[in-house]
Amino acid sequence: MNPYRLLLHVDRLSMRFGGLMAIDDLSFDVHAGRITAVIGPNGAGKTTFFNCLTGFYRPTAGRVCLHHPQRGVLDLETLESHQVASQAQVVRTFQNVRLFPKMTVLENLIVAQHNRLQQASRFSLAGLIGLPGYRRAEAQAIEVAVDRLKRLNLIERADSVAGDLPYGMQRRIEIARALCVDPILLCLDEPAAGLNPRESAELNELLQSLVRDEGLAILLIEHDMNVVMNVSDHICVLNYGRKIAEGSPAEIRNNPHVIKAYLGEEEEDEDGAMKFPAESVP
Amino acid sequence: MPVVVLAHQAPSAKERLRDAAAVAFVALLLGIPMLGLTTVDQGGALHVATRWPVLGLFVALCFAGRLLARFGLDRLQLARRVQRPAVGAPARRYRALPSWLGWGCFGIALVLPIVFSDNRYIVDTATTVLIYVMLGWGLNVVVGLAGLLVLGYVAFYAVGAYCYALLATQYGWGFWQALPLAGGLAAGFGLLLGWPTLRLRGDYLAIVTLGFGEIVRIILVNWTDLSNGPNGIASIPRPTFFGLPFKPGDDGTTFASFFGLEFSPLHRIFFLYYLILALAMLTNLFVSRLRKLPIGRAWEAVREDDIACQALGINITNVKLSAFAIGAMLGGCAGVFFAARQGFISPESFTFNESAIILAIVVLGGMGSQLGVVLASLVLVLLPELGRDFAEYRMLLFGAAMILIMIWKPGGILSHREPTLRYRGESGSP
Repeated sequence: MNPYRLLLHVDRLSMRFGGLMAIDDLSFDVHAGRITAVIGPNGAGKTTFFNCLTGFYRPTAGRVCLHHPQRGVLDLETLESHQVASQAQVVRTFQNVRLFPKMTVLENLIVAQHNRLQQASRFSLAGLIGLPGYRRAEAQAIEVAVDRLKRLNLIERADSVAGDLPYGMQRRIEIARALCVDPILLCLDEPAAGLNPRESAELNELLQSLVRDEGLAILLIEHDMNVVMNVSDHICVLNYGRKIAEGSPAEIRNNPHVIKAYLGEEEEDEDGAMKFPAESVP
Repeated sequence: MPVVVLAHQAPSAKERLRDAAAVAFVALLLGIPMLGLTTVDQGGALHVATRWPVLGLFVALCFAGRLLARFGLDRLQLARRVQRPAVGAPARRYRALPSWLGWGCFGIALVLPIVFSDNRYIVDTATTVLIYVMLGWGLNVVVGLAGLLVLGYVAFYAVGAYCYALLATQYGWGFWQALPLAGGLAAGFGLLLGWPTLRLRGDYLAIVTLGFGEIVRIILVNWTDLSNGPNGIASIPRPTFFGLPFKPGDDGTTFASFFGLEFSPLHRIFFLYYLILALAMLTNLFVSRLRKLPIGRAWEAVREDDIACQALGINITNVKLSAFAIGAMLGGCAGVFFAARQGFISPESFTFNESAIILAIVVLGGMGSQLGVVLASLVLVLLPELGRDFAEYRMLLFGAAMILIMIWKPGGILSHREPTLRYRGESGSP
């Protein structure tokens, strides 16, 4: 029925912090070649979900199975955070940009290719004496980085110190850096936060082209409803750690539970850090 | 307490007086116990006497000094703002500075013993500076590049020194044989310290490593069977010139007799100088090459943001441990040289004070900057030497100089970071 291959299967995932159930029995699927958005009011457990997915938290219960095209089924919840990126090829970005601020943009992207380069440098021995094999690998890594930078329109800033650049650009650099890890699933935590309307339109285009041209799957946490409604193929809505709705953008837009969670009843008014833009409110 | 003076407007006379009065008040508080009261010996018992005139003079001096200093600083600031050049022009010149400065330093180091061939004191002091340079470069890997604040670096220095001392005195090992083994052993100790502290950061890591340094020193003091306790290990063999010893007399071939030279104790001093110069330059080459390899970039990335590193698939355990091991290895090698040069070592040489000086060299030089370490070691070793004339005020001078440097250059003497690779440089055209 679904033409897209199953990539990630979240099965009854729960995460408890003391008395707080941050994620409560969450199940949903992510398919290859699609953009899946996870939305919900502040504190709904979206970032906690990302942390469980990428090995930064150990979930209290449940499984996260990745159907890797080459390596079979991997249980992400049992992997260390660095293994999630290096073995499962699931790479994330962060809600508050986490670049290496004192390094240049190009260096940031080269660090992302660390494992490949480290292997080519034979644990630094071949690199120390500068064997041709290592030089080739390094040249190749630079090529990959330059290619990503060109694609994200950042090549002019390749030698700039990353921390000195404007915020919107840093967000794009973080995506470029994540792409250098060679992901099959890219998890973006609020990539449009702090972007101006033009930048966020560019982001829409970028996300769609990544999925279209490279067959990536994208998992997206986003507050900007323009981005979510325009690019997502599938949306999963969380509130208080529970999934309250799931479906296509059109379905979500008309779902009474979602509208209640967002625009809500009296006591949730303070929650409304994110609102549907006027035209998208049904 | 001092009145905050906004930079863009000159303060009024009243503000200046108030500012100086605040400083004078602090001086008074500090001065009462330090200057106002003194003890005198009266008939075998100590009595407290007062020195109010001295205190009054001190407070007045502080008042006047602050008034003058504030006035001078304001004038300076004003003048600087007026003649500040266009942005951009001086930055380029500044960037080119370190490269020729480094070669200049190396050139001076190379000819120094030849120029001062009759001055043993200068060559000896230069050797000490170079030991600290090497230690600084070693610690720079851990603190400057990987960002792991280690306060017990002297432990690795001690491991290297004792390793050579024991191997040489007990088993007759030579300097060159012991060097790799001592380096390896120190690296092992680095891993030993690194493993349990992997999850710690910043202040917490500093406390644990401080404890580690003390543990090693206290073991050396108390494990008398191994280390001869506080008496230390004496008559450690000096390094030889490829098997030729530096000694007078005709028993066997010596360095002097082999080259047909008149024996002079200076030969050994010169040899030791060039030996540590070679070791230090080797360290420099090693560290600056590592910095441009994936492992070096990973060290810096871990310093910048270890969580982002994990998200990019970097195993930060390995990265941190390799930084510990390599930093410790370099410290161990410096320790071997130290033992061979001194001929006598005891736990006294490996106190926390040494760790603090090495760390100060790295921080003062500008974290991660190789040349900064050289300049900072020059300052930190030479200042106490130059200050010998000031007798008991020596450390006061030393402390004041450090404070001034940190005010003048909060990021260290050379805080500029050179990228490990460039797009425009590497691939030719943009």
